[in-house]
Amino acid sequence: MEDADRAVKRRRSLAERAPFLAAIPMLAILAVPLIALAGASSPGDIAAGARHPLFAPALWLSTRTTLVSLAAMVVLGTPLAWWMASRPGRGSRVVEILVDLPIVVPPAVMGIALLEAFGRNGLFGPALSALGLQIPFTTTAVVAAQVVVSAPFYIQAAAAAFRRVDEDLLIVARTLGHSPASAFFRVAVPLALPGMVAGAALAWARALGEFGATLLFAGNFTGSTQTMPLAIYTALESDARVAVALALVLVAASALLLVPLRAVPALIARRFGGGRGGGRPPLQGFAGS
Amino acid sequence: MQWSVEVEARAGGFQLDVRIEGDRTPVVVIGPNGSGKTTLLRIIAGAYRPRAGRIRFGDRTLFDSAAGLDLAPEERRVGYVPQGYGLFPHLPVIDNVAFGLAGGPRRVPVAERRGTAAEILAEMECGHLAGRYPATLSGGEKQRVALARALLPAPEMLLLDEPLAAMDVAARRGLRAWLARRLARRGAPAIVVTHDVRDVHALGSPVVVALEGGAVVQSGPAAALAARPETDFVAEFFGAA
Repeated sequence: MEDADRAVKRRRSLAERAPFLAAIPMLAILAVPLIALAGASSPGDIAAGARHPLFAPALWLSTRTTLVSLAAMVVLGTPLAWWMASRPGRGSRVVEILVDLPIVVPPAVMGIALLEAFGRNGLFGPALSALGLQIPFTTTAVVAAQVVVSAPFYIQAAAAAFRRVDEDLLIVARTLGHSPASAFFRVAVPLALPGMVAGAALAWARALGEFGATLLFAGNFTGSTQTMPLAIYTALESDARVAVALALVLVAASALLLVPLRAVPALIARRFGGGRGGGRPPLQGFAGS
Repeated sequence: MQWSVEVEARAGGFQLDVRIEGDRTPVVVIGPNGSGKTTLLRIIAGAYRPRAGRIRFGDRTLFDSAAGLDLAPEERRVGYVPQGYGLFPHLPVIDNVAFGLAGGPRRVPVAERRGTAAEILAEMECGHLAGRYPATLSGGEKQRVALARALLPAPEMLLLDEPLAAMDVAARRGLRAWLARRLARRGAPAIVVTHDVRDVHALGSPVVVALEGGAVVQSGPAAALAARPETDFVAEFFGAA
């Protein structure tokens, strides 16, 4: 009797654990490469990698360009996100599709598209050379590639956050004597901030990892266009230790970016006594809307 | 002060064509859901632009399509309390109330703003709420804070969209009388949208305007509408008493 009982219990608990067991393979696929990377090299190897001549210029270039890209995305992307959120018409739907495109188009294709626009033989090529300006294969091109590929992540998240701001709050702000700009900065932005921060972190992470568009549009020149992902690619051919050291730095940076992505929106929501938004950042931006 | 609103607006498939007027006593607007009550308040507040018409408060014209005049909401001197009160969730009560002193040409320093806000909060018997965030307030407390905020810049017209709908029955009874006293003491124009005939009775015998499908179907003193309702909705509204 007791044995049969135990067998039933075992069968039942197995059935209840099935969802968890079914989840393990995917979890392993996601986690194993990163664990392997962390275990791949000794501290000595990492130190040697960090002293390699490719390492410092790539780290510095990635830091500089992604910060400039982030600033450009926020300054130029916020007005677009606000416009998309406040004009629910046919025009804004077309704009939304345009903003979504770089998310679904492969980065390498965006690189070719940038060359067609700003390359020597591109659409604006003659005009740019007449002005004595060259964009392709410069640090400016690195920033352009990062902005084009990453900005949609910020814009979609910010637009989704603005859409959740109650229209009545903005009307009230106006009737209380505030201009449209004042209502935007004092009401819409603070309320959309968690979503904007999450979107900015996501876009920054995407810019940090940008490879395809940068390679095609900006090239791979140490010091001027060789960002960390490109340096990893180059280093793999000569010294794998540099590649691993750079990869670990990128993992650490990405992990840091998860903090604003996950924790900041929850913190802000808690400060105002909950009720609003909850702790989850708006990730609708991923799939477009 | 006499005021009049005469507007024609179209939004999507919805057509609004309304003419109402009043003086220093509150006017109550009733009507089924989707009859255009909230749209009307937002038009008066300046959030939506009507296709044609005129809005006048005393000798001030806020909107006149013929003259091409359309004052921005911040220039209209209208106090708007939307459904659900529209408190700013990211600001403590004191800064919600002081918000009306923080923008525009009448802008005053922070300390002074908060001082003035604290005075009106105390007058509304909610000085103790100053540091709290709106999410932690009860329905009745939100209502008082929202009214304090709307009244602080001394608006000429007060627009209240279902001011008592979002609270429980017990709180509603006390607050209804309180709100009626405040409006009477203010003695300035107000439009109150409501679904509850008891709100009408609490306000004495105000002028009632019944909206249906974007048009005024009946208007006049509450007693007259109650005695001779012209539509099923009006009959039902007053019959429920």
